[in-house]
Amino acid sequence: MAVHETTDATAARTQNRGLRWLRRNIITIAGLCTLGYLILPNLVVMVFSFNKPNGRFNYQWQRFSTDAWRDPCGVADLCGSLGLSLQIALWATIGATVLGTMIAFALARYRFRARSGVNTLIFLPMAMPEVVMAASLATLFLNMGIQFGFWTILIAHIMFCLSFVVTAVKARVMSMDPRLEQAAQDLYASPVQTFLRVTLPIAAPGIAAGALLSFALSFDDFIITNFNAGSTVTFPMFVWGSAQRGTPVQINVIGTAMFLVAVLCVVVGQLAGARRKRSKRS
Amino acid sequence: MTSTATPAPADEQAAAAPLEVRKTPARKRLVPYWLLLPGLLWLVVFFAAPLVYQASTSIQTGSLEEGFKVTWHFATYWDALGEYWPQFVRSVGYAAVATALCLVLGYPLAYLIAFKAGRWRNLVMILVIAPFFTSFLIRTLAWKTILADGGPVVGILNSLHVLDITSWLGLTEGQRVLATPLAVVCGLTYNFLPFMVLPLYTSLERIDPRLHEAAGDLYARPATTFRRVTFPLSMPGVVAGTLLTFIPAAGDYINAELLGSTDQKMIGNVIQSQFLRVLDYPTAAALSFILMAAILAMVTIYIRKSGTEDLV
Repeated sequence: MAVHETTDATAARTQNRGLRWLRRNIITIAGLCTLGYLILPNLVVMVFSFNKPNGRFNYQWQRFSTDAWRDPCGVADLCGSLGLSLQIALWATIGATVLGTMIAFALARYRFRARSGVNTLIFLPMAMPEVVMAASLATLFLNMGIQFGFWTILIAHIMFCLSFVVTAVKARVMSMDPRLEQAAQDLYASPVQTFLRVTLPIAAPGIAAGALLSFALSFDDFIITNFNAGSTVTFPMFVWGSAQRGTPVQINVIGTAMFLVAVLCVVVGQLAGARRKRSKRS
Repeated sequence: MTSTATPAPADEQAAAAPLEVRKTPARKRLVPYWLLLPGLLWLVVFFAAPLVYQASTSIQTGSLEEGFKVTWHFATYWDALGEYWPQFVRSVGYAAVATALCLVLGYPLAYLIAFKAGRWRNLVMILVIAPFFTSFLIRTLAWKTILADGGPVVGILNSLHVLDITSWLGLTEGQRVLATPLAVVCGLTYNFLPFMVLPLYTSLERIDPRLHEAAGDLYARPATTFRRVTFPLSMPGVVAGTLLTFIPAAGDYINAELLGSTDQKMIGNVIQSQFLRVLDYPTAAALSFILMAAILAMVTIYIRKSGTEDLV
């Protein structure tokens, strides 16, 4: 009886194998479709960096060419704006990481009054629509008669990156065992030594994550920059302007290069992390 | 050093305590305040104060030439709301649809990374995060190519008669997708999808896979397991993800500008043009505050309803 049932079941199974396979893997298939949706524009950017457009706009495929790759700075102001964006992103990252890490340590390590108030103030910039922040900061600068330009952009970028650094570093420091520091002190390490040799290395991945996020956010920001830049043109603003005037292929070249550099950095980081883990284990 | 000899309490809160019990001279008690000072000063001066400044701007009247004065002119709010309510409704509608789509599309991907990717997990994560480091404006412009009139996507949708249905729903017009609400929603969904996937993944990853086995042992079908075990346990991720998607999507003006036409303007577009082109600062400020208040109200209700108040 039991044997009979199993053979029946196997027969049914082979019959519906396709359907069953589909049903079992439906989540994987759906997930991969979403991944495709996420990556599709990147592929289009990549493909169209080899296009030779007919006219000002690079939205339609004409014919293959590597002209843009051979001359990525061939468009006026493009590389200048790119350099400016990199510079701003670098300084904003340094500023936000230093200030944010200090706040994160204070919040994670100390109990003090107004702690929940501080937490709210950190949370708010992340929960506020960017247009609102952008317009209000620009209103302040206008009212105080401050000239828009490099410094106003930098101030704005440090402001909105700060919260993200605090969140990343705080999460890391909170999960760290405070007894490690006590142990260091029991072994006669000075507070400075304890901080440099124990606390900082443990917090480092959180700080690195915060810094990386700041760099990406600052480099890519358009809305807040657009309100606070005046006539200064960062790379996203150049792209925005080019959408109206006509997009040069070089923009696709730089987009592709950025994607490849990002993937490379993450892969190298992953490999380095994996190797460190392995060497620690052995 | 007797304090360290006391048995370590199991409670984490208590474990952290001895650090402070040891010695806290007045100088040391000030340490957190010194750590906080520069960063908080930055946030107060460049984040909180501007909001106050803008509040005062919204009740000013005047012109660029004569200057603006605070005249407690609250009518600006009513005028702005009366004139731009279609853009408000549209912003909330687009953002809500985009958030729902992000949830539907993002959940399988987050599930895939958390439970099924195995050794491919890192690669998939890289592919989700890497777009963060490429200019999102360039990628949004790429949608112009993808959705172009007569392009393959429009062709396929057309031959499947999808466009007939979406046109009937008012999402598209005729045989095109670009410059229609569908294009704007598609761009919004695309731009904010990672903000949905990452929190979902974080909350799914925390679920013990043995709970799935346990549900299976109790004769729950996979769909039941998902409905009764996985989904409820991933609620913090769902709430965080929907908020992270909805709030920026409601304020966004880039997708509406690049992928829509003048009929798809969102409130962000209005604020931007009032502020940067028309130079009507009081109206721009009033619109910002209405947007902020609307989002704040919706978010509060949402968090209450979803019962995860401890989230924020």
